[in-house]
Amino acid sequence: MSGFLVDAALISLLTLIAILAVRLHRLFAVVMLSGAFSLVAAALFVVLDAVDVAFTEAAVGAGISTILALATLSLVPRDEKPHSIALVPAFLAFATAAMLAVAVSDLPAFGDANAPIHNHVAPEYLTGSAEDIGIPNVVTSVLASYRGFDTLGETVVVFTAAIAVLLVLGGYTRPRRRNGDRDKEDGNAR
Amino acid sequence: MSMLAGQWNYFLVIALMMIGFYTVIARGNMVKKMVGLTIFQTSVFMLYISMGKIANGTAPILTDAAQKAYANPLPHVLILTAIVVGVATTAVGYALIISVYESYGTIEDDELIKIIEAEEDEGADA
Amino acid sequence: MQDDPVIRVVAKVMIPTVMLFALYVQFHGDYGPGGGFQAGVIFAAAFVLNAMIFGLNRGRHVWPANLNLLAVCAGVLLYGLTGVASMLLGENYLDYDVLGATPQAGQHIGILLVEFGVGLTVASVMVALFFTFAGRMTHNRLLDRMEAQDKDAKRGAVKEVPKKRSRT
Repeated sequence: MSGFLVDAALISLLTLIAILAVRLHRLFAVVMLSGAFSLVAAALFVVLDAVDVAFTEAAVGAGISTILALATLSLVPRDEKPHSIALVPAFLAFATAAMLAVAVSDLPAFGDANAPIHNHVAPEYLTGSAEDIGIPNVVTSVLASYRGFDTLGETVVVFTAAIAVLLVLGGYTRPRRRNGDRDKEDGNAR
Repeated sequence: MSMLAGQWNYFLVIALMMIGFYTVIARGNMVKKMVGLTIFQTSVFMLYISMGKIANGTAPILTDAAQKAYANPLPHVLILTAIVVGVATTAVGYALIISVYESYGTIEDDELIKIIEAEEDEGADA
Repeated sequence: MQDDPVIRVVAKVMIPTVMLFALYVQFHGDYGPGGGFQAGVIFAAAFVLNAMIFGLNRGRHVWPANLNLLAVCAGVLLYGLTGVASMLLGENYLDYDVLGATPQAGQHIGILLVEFGVGLTVASVMVALFFTFAGRMTHNRLLDRMEAQDKDAKRGAVKEVPKKRSRT
């Protein structure tokens, strides 16, 4: 019973934070709410037995993502223009939700141990991690050994993101139209 | 009704996904769109992780205790990768927002379109 | 922020603790939740905290820009070269079995090296991103001042010597 209460509290908090993040106009509050959203999502991941994912989501979503958004807010205006509810996007959202709800009826029930995904490669990884690799944390053994190529690609993606940000914001400025100057300038940011 | 009880995690995912989707397409402010995209991404993570959970199972860390069921580790690995890739693209998105603000002076979509169209008209006349 | 004694003292205690915890998470990723990504982000958080409280100049002094770029590339290279080492020893790319005396030992060594490469890259990238974003305002102010000086020079006004910025 207490498990159900914790689940219900986390889920309602998550939905409430998401709805508030859409409605507010002050961007500082919106960014802080997105950090809170990531943290509550991390708690929900722990409830769903995904401890590595919860760790990463808390560190990355509630930590780094919020810091980068706040750093952006120090450079751009902090208030959103007031909007009324847009009808066509709202209708599109409801229509998509209806289609997804119909499609969801074919998916396996929550927590079903006989779902197809649990009978394919997952038992091999669970036994192989004990015998062939000898590491208790199955997620690490799958990440680094069984699916090592994907992790190599992911590391290269992070590397590419750093290169892209350094190219866009690293120091060379394009002509700034706000001041009306059109000369090319070099600046040293670092 | 039993179908609803057995599949409530998917309805939570759909709700969050549509909130994020609405934010991306209905709001003009670029920072708000990025936050909506983050909500959308997290709802997709929730979908995969909830599909990997097994009732009466535990986290996929092998212990000596007699444990019958461990949660499926494969979605966890995929979502770990997805979270890191998500923050990488979010960082590039914020960098581009800063760059757009420095070049055009606004981060609202409609004002941006007006400025670009005005410049195109000037260019066509000149 | 560095004038507030409470924040300064707490930060000075917390930053080494955070770095130690990051190393713990990195190397115990085999036995509990953790691994390269989480450890890299936590390690970067220590440097971001340092820069936020004691100023960007001091933060950049601790983690210089060229060392940052080197570490980003070194992490990816470490991962790639582990695979090449497997190939040089006769097996497929990223086959860890041959890296040690027994296949299990080889897997342990391979996973350790690979996770360390990932952690190094992620930590350096997060620090680089933070300093790039946070240094942009300083960069813009520098450009504004350069533009103003150029305008004064064109108008023939006397160029003023730029004031030395106090250490913030």
